Amino acid sequence: MPSQYQRPSIMRWFRHRTAIRLGAVAMLASMVSLVVAAAFPAAADAAPSGSVSLVAYSTPKPAYAALIKAFNATAAGKSVTFSQSFGASGSQATSVVDGLPADVVNFSLSPDMQKLVKAGIVSSKWNSGPTQGMVTNSIVSFVVRKGNPKHITDWGSLVKSGVKIITPNPFSSGSAKWNLMAAYGAQLAMGRSKAQATAYLTQLLKHTAAQPSSASNALQTFLSGEGDVLIDYEDDALYAKSKGEPITIITPPQTILIQNPIAVTTHSANPTAAKAFVAYLLSPAGQKVWGKQGYRPVLPSVAAGFKFPKPKKLFTIASLGGWTKVNTIFFTPSTGVVAKIEQGLGVSTASS
Amino acid sequence: MTSRWRWPLRILALGYLTFLVVLPVGSIFFRAFQHGFATAWSAVTTPDALHALWLTFIVVLIAVPLDTAFGVGVALILSRHRFPGAWLLDAFVDLPLAVSPVVVGIALILVYGKTGWFGNWLAARGIQVIFSVPGIIMASATVALPYVVREVLPVLQEIGTDQEQAATTLGAKPLAIFRRITLPSIKRSLAYGVTLTTARVLGEFGGVVVVSGAIAGKTETLTLFISDSFDNLNIVGAYAGAVILALIALLVLAIFARDTTKEGRKHRWRSPSDPSPSDSATLLLSTTSASISPMAH
Amino acid sequence: MGRFVGPGLAVTYLSLLVVLPLAALATKAFSNGFSTFWQAVSQPEAVAALKLTLLASLAVAAFNALAGLVIAWVLVRDEFPGKQVVNAVIDLPFALPTVVAGLTLLTLYGPNSPFHLNVADSRVGILFALAFVTLPFSVRSVQPVLAELDRETEEAASSLGASSSGVLWRIILPSLAPAMLAGAGLAFARAVGEFGSVVLISGNLPFKTEVASSWIYSLSQSDQLTQAAAISVVLVSVALLVLLGIGVLRRHFDISEAV
Repeated sequence: MPSQYQRPSIMRWFRHRTAIRLGAVAMLASMVSLVVAAAFPAAADAAPSGSVSLVAYSTPKPAYAALIKAFNATAAGKSVTFSQSFGASGSQATSVVDGLPADVVNFSLSPDMQKLVKAGIVSSKWNSGPTQGMVTNSIVSFVVRKGNPKHITDWGSLVKSGVKIITPNPFSSGSAKWNLMAAYGAQLAMGRSKAQATAYLTQLLKHTAAQPSSASNALQTFLSGEGDVLIDYEDDALYAKSKGEPITIITPPQTILIQNPIAVTTHSANPTAAKAFVAYLLSPAGQKVWGKQGYRPVLPSVAAGFKFPKPKKLFTIASLGGWTKVNTIFFTPSTGVVAKIEQGLGVSTASS
Repeated sequence: MTSRWRWPLRILALGYLTFLVVLPVGSIFFRAFQHGFATAWSAVTTPDALHALWLTFIVVLIAVPLDTAFGVGVALILSRHRFPGAWLLDAFVDLPLAVSPVVVGIALILVYGKTGWFGNWLAARGIQVIFSVPGIIMASATVALPYVVREVLPVLQEIGTDQEQAATTLGAKPLAIFRRITLPSIKRSLAYGVTLTTARVLGEFGGVVVVSGAIAGKTETLTLFISDSFDNLNIVGAYAGAVILALIALLVLAIFARDTTKEGRKHRWRSPSDPSPSDSATLLLSTTSASISPMAH
Repeated sequence: MGRFVGPGLAVTYLSLLVVLPLAALATKAFSNGFSTFWQAVSQPEAVAALKLTLLASLAVAAFNALAGLVIAWVLVRDEFPGKQVVNAVIDLPFALPTVVAGLTLLTLYGPNSPFHLNVADSRVGILFALAFVTLPFSVRSVQPVLAELDRETEEAASSLGASSSGVLWRIILPSLAPAMLAGAGLAFARAVGEFGSVVLISGNLPFKTEVASSWIYSLSQSDQLTQAAAISVVLVSVALLVLLGIGVLRRHFDISEAV
């Protein structure tokens, strides 16, 4: 028979007192252990001298494995150890602002470095060096199925009927911003007007089958069979190729130069080692290692020694107004150019 | 069970499960071992992988008991007592579910991060919560908070308080009642609550990504390791890591919820006229050596 | 005051982990005033994402409530070889990080599907992912209650002439209703916040297949944390309302159950 549920009185409360006490003791014990764990030294502080915290965007993780090894083989880097953190560029920047310990920071695009400048973590003079604060270059490329079955050769072929594009979501991915500005700038480089370039972006987004939240998600989506062409960093594509993925990399005739910033933080716990590491990364030896990993060296002398494809027209974000302006005009959620395009596309196709 | 329905129900249930769960999980195992066991093994025995595994264990060992103790306590409170605001407690317990894990992480940083509400207080005492192990434990404990409560509470409500009341009026102590009557009756649901909680903590990713700082070899849990492996096209490593997570979850299930598909209490079939104290209540009553009068059910 | 220790600790725990962070979130959401909050919430992308998320979550919660009942039934009241294995498998969607779930579903039910079943980049894909991650709730909420059900009443009823469907509708289901509702509530709340597994298979297209948590993530990455917090607050509030409603329904069943 179903049991009776009775309104309990105060008396019953006492009956469970002991049970609750037991539970309370258990919880207290666990909480104490939690506090004890919290009192342990923070993840990356008070380490033996010679430790450097590197916080970078996600793509260069394999590159840094090689670079750190090479650095440790030099006199300057012999006794330097590293703690490394990789993740989406914007998120990493936010984490550093929120307190993630960092001595060296390397992001995908400069607005993320600007976040740190604003928070006083990186000096505003970070880009006053000979390479304007950049450590590597790359370009925006197309990744297609091996053999290029859909004959993708340039930006125009991306918006041919039946072609499905994969590019990350520009509001959560730095790579996507590079991609869209490459597309926009390419139109301008071909002599089209700003209005025509914006119209092209509309076409591009119309053909976009998926907008994963990050560049690596986009690559995974593409490799899972979705879409005909993925727009991606050249170094990312080269890495995938080196891992044996069945892809072909197409260099668009017009594309943007991707420039990745690097800096030592102002409150670095180990500025000597940090600066030595950055110096190495910018040295010919370091740049050569970058080059072997698929990144275009920023030092012209080293770059000359590599055979990266040469697009006919290579432009920079500076020619489009610089990131601060571009970010505001194009990528402000809901009011920027890209948002307006997507709203337009969405309203017309969001039926049901 | 009516034999007419047996096969249709079986086919429906098993078909749905196969399609939705078994095949995806199976493909994970397949992809992990596609290139041989040795490759998979070496992928998950790198220093980073081993540290991630160790960290995940620590997180589970702290977060799960915390959530379990909390869960049983709250379930007892909610099922046995009416008080103003009970509905609010009930709702708050479920809230972590409704918040996307990424948002959980953001919210924790808003309170315990460097620029958060307690930021200065914590920094002054040298306590690092965010971007360190405690933050990971907190994020994991938060997202898995509701499960024990939600599993145990309906059963406590379904069972009611008869036997406990009976035992009390016959002089049994509260602790004995809890151990001998309450706990056995919620054994099954508690087991499921613990396994769900453990599974959830194991699989937690979004919140941990935000609060851990993803420092390889220091604050990377197994889920972060898996995600990293995907990012670096180390597919075998990623799936092998997932296999480990699945195995741990299965182990926990085997330990806690073994044989829990068997039905009900020992007295499950009685004719309506039989007096029917449960076995555990009988045991309890007999040890207090009070006279027993059959309690009509 | 010994009897306040337990509840006191419980409340502290809840506060540290849930109440304070959510309060901080709400504070952040309104930190630029109500107009910013409203603006964030009424943006077309937000509205589209919220609508999609809520509808998909409701659908999945309801469907999985039924599926969970059937599965729990088969697990508790049926016997077949391999039952323990099936039982063990149910918790797995939970233990797997969402990125693994997403990728696996994409592989199996996307363009390279070995079954030629492609639901990628569509709203159906969202339903798949949500069903996958919420199934354990629907099953495990009902299973222990079903196992504890006193068969006496059912057997009494059928020996008095009730048909098996009568027994089902009048005796079994009302006993299970609170648990089913609890499971559906959990499933709904989880589905509403789900991100990692959905974005991979859904294609994450704004206005078409972008869910609320993905939009929140985008906002947080575009330095619009206040707006992200605003939409989170809305999402949580809706889920809270649904959970409260379910709580009311459950108590209704409880009381009528106790007759």
